[in-house]
Amino acid sequence: MSPAEQAQITQSTRNGWLLSAPALVLLTIAAVGPLAIVVAYSFMPQGDFNGVAWGFSLEAWQGILFTKDVFDGTLAWADANLTIFWRSVKLSMLTTVFTFVVGFPTSWFIATRAPKARALWLFLITIPFWTNLLIRTFAINEIIRKEGLLNTILLKLHIISKPLEMIYTDTAVFIGMTYVYLPLMVLPLFASLDRFDMRLLEAAYDLYASPFQVLRKVIVPIVKPGIIAGSILVFVPSLGAYVTPRLLGGGKNMMIGNFIELQFGQGRNWPLGASLSVTLLFIVTGALLVYVRHANRETTHGQ
Amino acid sequence: MTQTIAVEARNVVKAFGHADTAVRALDDVSVQIRKGEFFTLLGPSGCGKTTLLRLIAGFEMPSGGTILLEGADITTLPPNKRPVNTVFQSYALFPHLTVAQNIGFGLEMLGRPKSEVQATTARMLALVKLEAMANRKTSQLSGGQQQRVALARALAPSPKVLLLDEPLSALDLKLRKEMQIELKRLQLETGITFIFVTHDQEEALTMSDRIGVMSAGKLQQVGPPKEIYNHPVNRFVASFIGETNFLPASRDGDRYRLDCGIKIAAPASNAARVTLTIRPEQVRLVAETEADALPAKITNLVYFGTDTHCHAALLDGTEVVARLQSPASGDAGLAVGQSVGLRFVPEAIQVLED
Ligand SMILES: Nc1ncnc2c1ncn2[C@@H]1O[C@H](COP(=O)(O)OP(=O)(O)OP(=O)(O)O)[C@@H](O)[C@H]1O
Ligand SMILES: [Mg+2]
Repeated sequence: MSPAEQAQITQSTRNGWLLSAPALVLLTIAAVGPLAIVVAYSFMPQGDFNGVAWGFSLEAWQGILFTKDVFDGTLAWADANLTIFWRSVKLSMLTTVFTFVVGFPTSWFIATRAPKARALWLFLITIPFWTNLLIRTFAINEIIRKEGLLNTILLKLHIISKPLEMIYTDTAVFIGMTYVYLPLMVLPLFASLDRFDMRLLEAAYDLYASPFQVLRKVIVPIVKPGIIAGSILVFVPSLGAYVTPRLLGGGKNMMIGNFIELQFGQGRNWPLGASLSVTLLFIVTGALLVYVRHANRETTHGQ
Repeated sequence: MTQTIAVEARNVVKAFGHADTAVRALDDVSVQIRKGEFFTLLGPSGCGKTTLLRLIAGFEMPSGGTILLEGADITTLPPNKRPVNTVFQSYALFPHLTVAQNIGFGLEMLGRPKSEVQATTARMLALVKLEAMANRKTSQLSGGQQQRVALARALAPSPKVLLLDEPLSALDLKLRKEMQIELKRLQLETGITFIFVTHDQEEALTMSDRIGVMSAGKLQQVGPPKEIYNHPVNRFVASFIGETNFLPASRDGDRYRLDCGIKIAAPASNAARVTLTIRPEQVRLVAETEADALPAKITNLVYFGTDTHCHAALLDGTEVVARLQSPASGDAGLAVGQSVGLRFVPEAIQVLED
């Protein structure tokens, strides 16, 4: 490479950086700034009435797993917190699995329609996005609450003799989240299935694969990127869900999102709220790393 | 007798769509394909070749009739239960698997032990000369290589019958010629019955043991290439395979009177009105004055390199094409408008009763 060429490349690289500088600065401030503040808060002592006080303290981090006895200062496991973490992870995983179980046949159905019908079905899938999440969640509330639509119908039909206690349970949260996040699973799955070459099904079937093997050995591995994308899109917001558990889970069946909000609101413990937020971030990152690693190993396995 | 028949279709009918708008893709097709033979289905687009192949593979159920594999009725068996494999026109290779995994797929699905899968895969890779590509993804292969993977994948489970639906149509001419030879070699080496679909008549003639000519959902003629070429049973077959001249004629004693009024000798027939066909290479150009020559006038000369097509009109205007080997000088000494005599080799004339 001649010095002139080298100089030209250096020059254009520099120009590239200069051109993207405003965006990079903005992104850094917008993404790193708030996060840095949250991390900083988590290492500060609690303020007298609100917010944080200056200084350094690990109390907020301790508070995630332990409670300090008010009188003798001994530490004990914070069972309530652990329950909330466990519930959040469990419900998010259940939601992810269930949206996949429901979403896969749905996307398959859409992907195998004629192009015109496909557009219509996709359009129908996106309709829920037109209304506010809050309103949709209230609507579910209306359906599953004690005197709600579902119970009324089941009672009238004499299928049940007393109303089902669905509202303010984990099940209610699970139903709500599945409903809310289903489109986020369906859309990426559809995008993958849409590109899937249906002729491969015949090829596999011709080569002695049973229908289940066709699914397991051909369809799933090929649409895996869609499955991963859909799962991430459902799992991540599920874990931090706030509105759904608040409205359908009541005050008792909290998830991490509600717990964090509690610290910044009524609890008036900002440092704990901050440390919980950072913990949530770690859980999400950790879960994603494990998941993506595992998913990739599955694909390359057997080579 | 059933021992020597690999696949048999008995009165197979396949209709698509509902009652009044139904398309009869196959209309009462019966054919016996012998074990170890290279059988070609030849016909124009839409005549039902793919449909017949798909019925044999099991992707479609016939609306009527039966399909037998080595004497056993397999009409309702799903594709994964039939010892029949397909080479798809689009290849349909699995993009998430390597070349070797693609080839081993069938055996793996059959639940064969790993050692056997590996050994057969290696043998197949050698057979199609792709040993060096074993661990590549199929997207990293050229068209010809993908074609060979598709072949190896379909051959690996040693099917009783291999179905090939226009497997060469996506290849360029040179590669196509190579693959024709390759296919023939594979068929001889493996001894597997090949049912090959094409609409390229030359391909059919050069590769097949027998050809089945199809048109509009019906099998018109089944026979070895020479028989199909030299003794077509009807006008469709005669015109579809190679070029030919059609000469309407009436029987006159033991000879035939052409519409131009001249009588010629040809094989016997019972019909009063017939069409005589003669291949261009069997038409001789002679001096106008020669006895028994049909007087004609040259209307066009088309130079093809190895030979020249001479179009000549008989007295009634019927056009006859003669294929003349180009002489060493390159100039046959003919000119448009020139009067010449045409002579047909009597044994080369085919009489079609229409
Ligand atoms: N799934 C189907 N639904 C409706 N009609 C069909 C279907 N498949 C084939 N046909 C019709 O059946 C007829 C035969 O089709 P087929 O695909 O067997 O033709 P082909 O001989 O393979 O033609 P080509 O050389 O173009 O591949 C055609 O008229 C086609 O339109
Ligand atoms: Mg076809």
